[in-house]
Amino acid sequence: MRSNLRKIGLALAAPALAIVVALLVTTIILLLAGDPVVAVWQVLFKAPLPRQIVAIINEATVLYLSAVAVAIGFKMNLFNIGVDGQYRVASFAAAVFAGAHWLPGWLNIIVAILVSMATGALWALIAGLLKVTRGVSEVISTIMLNYIATYLVAFFLKMAAVQVEGSNAISTQVLAEDSRVPGIDVSWLLNTHNEIYGLIFLSIAVGIFYWFMLNKTRFGFDLRATGQSETAAVASGINVRKMVVISMVMSGAVAGLVGMPLLFGQDYAYGDTVQAGLGFAGISVALLGRNHPIGMAVSAVLWGYLNQLSNGLQISAGVSDRLVLIIQGIIVLSVVIAYELIRRAKLRLEQRVVASELAQQERVQAEEVAA
Amino acid sequence: MHKVIKSVAVVAAAALSLTACSSGTSSPSASTDTPKIKVGMAYDIGGRGDQSFNDSAAAGLDKAAQEFGVETKESAATAGEAESAKEERLNQLIDAGYNNIVAVGFAYANAVGKVAKDNPDVKFAIVDDASEASTGDNIMNIVFAENEGSFLVGAAAALKTKTDHIGFVGGVETDLIKKFQVGYEAGAKAVNPDIKIDVKYLTQPPDFTGFGDVAKGKAAAEGMYQSGADIVYHAAGGSGGGVFSAAKAAGKLAIGVDSDQAKTAAEDVRDVIMTSMLKRVDVGVYTFIKSVNDNTFAAGPTVFDLKVDGVGYSTTGGKIDDIVPQLEDYKQQIIDGKIVVPSK
Repeated sequence: MRSNLRKIGLALAAPALAIVVALLVTTIILLLAGDPVVAVWQVLFKAPLPRQIVAIINEATVLYLSAVAVAIGFKMNLFNIGVDGQYRVASFAAAVFAGAHWLPGWLNIIVAILVSMATGALWALIAGLLKVTRGVSEVISTIMLNYIATYLVAFFLKMAAVQVEGSNAISTQVLAEDSRVPGIDVSWLLNTHNEIYGLIFLSIAVGIFYWFMLNKTRFGFDLRATGQSETAAVASGINVRKMVVISMVMSGAVAGLVGMPLLFGQDYAYGDTVQAGLGFAGISVALLGRNHPIGMAVSAVLWGYLNQLSNGLQISAGVSDRLVLIIQGIIVLSVVIAYELIRRAKLRLEQRVVASELAQQERVQAEEVAA
Repeated sequence: MHKVIKSVAVVAAAALSLTACSSGTSSPSASTDTPKIKVGMAYDIGGRGDQSFNDSAAAGLDKAAQEFGVETKESAATAGEAESAKEERLNQLIDAGYNNIVAVGFAYANAVGKVAKDNPDVKFAIVDDASEASTGDNIMNIVFAENEGSFLVGAAAALKTKTDHIGFVGGVETDLIKKFQVGYEAGAKAVNPDIKIDVKYLTQPPDFTGFGDVAKGKAAAEGMYQSGADIVYHAAGGSGGGVFSAAKAAGKLAIGVDSDQAKTAAEDVRDVIMTSMLKRVDVGVYTFIKSVNDNTFAAGPTVFDLKVDGVGYSTTGGKIDDIVPQLEDYKQQIIDGKIVVPSK
C-alpha cells in the first residue's frame, strides 16, 4: 500500500515538476525580454470566462483523440508522427461522404465516422506495411505521408469543392441540419450560449476503450510487452510484425476520429481553412500525459487552457502570444527530462528494495547454514 | 574571468534580441485631443510587420489614427489555431472596450459572423470575404478586384519581357490567390497571346506557410529565372522577399504585391522591383474607420476595384514609366467594361 502511494506520488511528480520548471524558465525569458512578468501570469492564471471554459473543453475533446492516437503507437514504441496527415485525409473523406447525404440523419453521421476511421487506418497502414516489409522507419514514412496527405487532399478538395458566393475559401458540401451532431447546451450552468461538442462522448468512449484495450485484453498485454522489450516479446511467442501493423492501423483509426467533432459540431464541411497541426499537438499532449488515459485528458485540458488564454497575452499584457508556444515547448521538454530523472530515481528505489531483500535472504541462509 | 565576460555578453545579446521580438501592441494616437473611436485589429497569420498584406491593413489603421485620434489594440492569428481562438480574439478585443473591429483575412469569416451576431452594438469590418457567413447589419465586407490590378501588372510584364517568358509565384493555392494568377495571365495574354507563363504555388491549404517562407519563394523564382523567365510576379506575402532576392541574384526583375514593395521591401532588393500590384487594404481599413468616425457606416460588401483605385500598380523606381500610357489605356478599358477580366 505504501509503495503504491509512493508510485502514484512519483508518477505525479514528473508532470508537476515539468510545469514548475516551465513556469520558472518562462519567467526568466520574460525578465530577459523586459516583458511585464506579473501581467503575463495574471492573464494566464485568470479564471477562464464561461465561453472560454466551453472552448477549452472543446479543444481538449479534439486534442485528446489525437493524443490517444499517438499513445497507441507510443505504447508499441512506434512514433506515429503521421496523425496529422491521417486525420486530415480521414476528415476529408468523411466530409465528402457525409456531404453527399446518401443516408439519412444519424445513419449518415455514424457511417461517415466509420469511413473516417477506415481512411485514417488505411493511411497509417501504408507506414505500417513499409516498416514490416521494407524496414522503413515509421518516423520517416509518416512525416513523408503527411506531405502527401496535404497535397492529395488539396488536389481532391479542388474537385469536390462547392463555391460559396462571395467567399475566398473553398470547402466540401456543407452538411444538412440533420447530419450535424447537436452541441450540448450548458447555459443552465455557465453564462454562455456556446455549446460543447456533442462528440465529446466519442472522446470519452475512446478513452475508455483505450484503457480497457491496454489493461484488460490479451492484445493490450502483447502491445505493452512488445513496446517494453521486443526480444522478450518474440521469445514469448508474440508476432511482432503483426503487432506493428495492427497497432499502426488502430492508431490511424483513432486519428481518423480527431476531425470528427470539428466536422459535425463546428465547421460542417472540410475546407482550406480547416484546423491543421492537431496531430503534432497530440504528440505533446500524449508525452505530457504519459500515455495514460486520464493523464492525457488532464494534459489535453491544460493545452486547451493555454491555447485559449494566449489570446489575452497580446490584448491585455501586450506580449506576443507566441509566448504560449514557448511555455508549451518548455513543458514538453522538461517533462521528458523529468520523467528520465524520476525513472532513474524509481530504478534506484527498486534496486535498494531488491538489494535489501536479497541481503535479508542471504542473512537467513547464512543463519541456516550456521545452524 | 574571460569566460565570465563572454557568458555575460551572450546573455546580454540574447536579451537584446528577445526585446526586439517582444511586440508592443497598442499604438498611442498621434492627435492630442481625446480619442474618439476605439479600433481593435485582428490580423491574419504574420500580423503587423509582414511587409505585405497585414502591413497594408496596419497602414490604413495608422493613417486613420493620425487623422481621427483612434485608440487601437492589435492581435494576430497563429498558424493551426482553433476556430474558437479566432472568436475568442474578437471577443477579447470587444471585452477590452474596442467597439470597432477589423478582421484581416477570409479565415475570420465564420468568427466575425458569429461574434457580430452576439454584439449588435459593435461595428465590424472583414477584409477579403463577402460570403453569407460574414454578412450582418453591423459588418462591412471589404473586398477587392485583385484580378483587375493583376491584369495591369501582367500587361506590364508582357510589355517589358525580352524573352516572352514570365512567371507567377503564388503563396498558397487558394481561390483568392488564383484571382491574382488569372488576372495576371489575362493581362499578359492581352499584350502577347503567345507569351509563356510559368506558374508555381509554394504550399497547398491548409498548410499556409507558403505566405511566410522566404526560402521556398526563392527556390521557386530561381527555377523560373533559370528556365528563361525574366520577370516574376509574386502573390506570396512574406515569401515574396525570396522572389526578390532570386531576381537580384539572377539580374532579372520581379513584381511586388499588396503594398508598393519598391518602398517596403528590404532595401538591397528594391531595385529589382519593376512595379507592384497595389491592393489597397489600407484604403479599405481607412474607409471603414472613417465611416465610423463620420457616422456613415454602411453594412455589406464594398468592392475596391480599379474604378475607385482600390487596386492598381505602382511606378516607384521609374522602370515602367515608358509603358504607363499603354497601362492607363488598359485600365480605362477595364473601367469602361470593354475588357472583362476573368476571376477564375
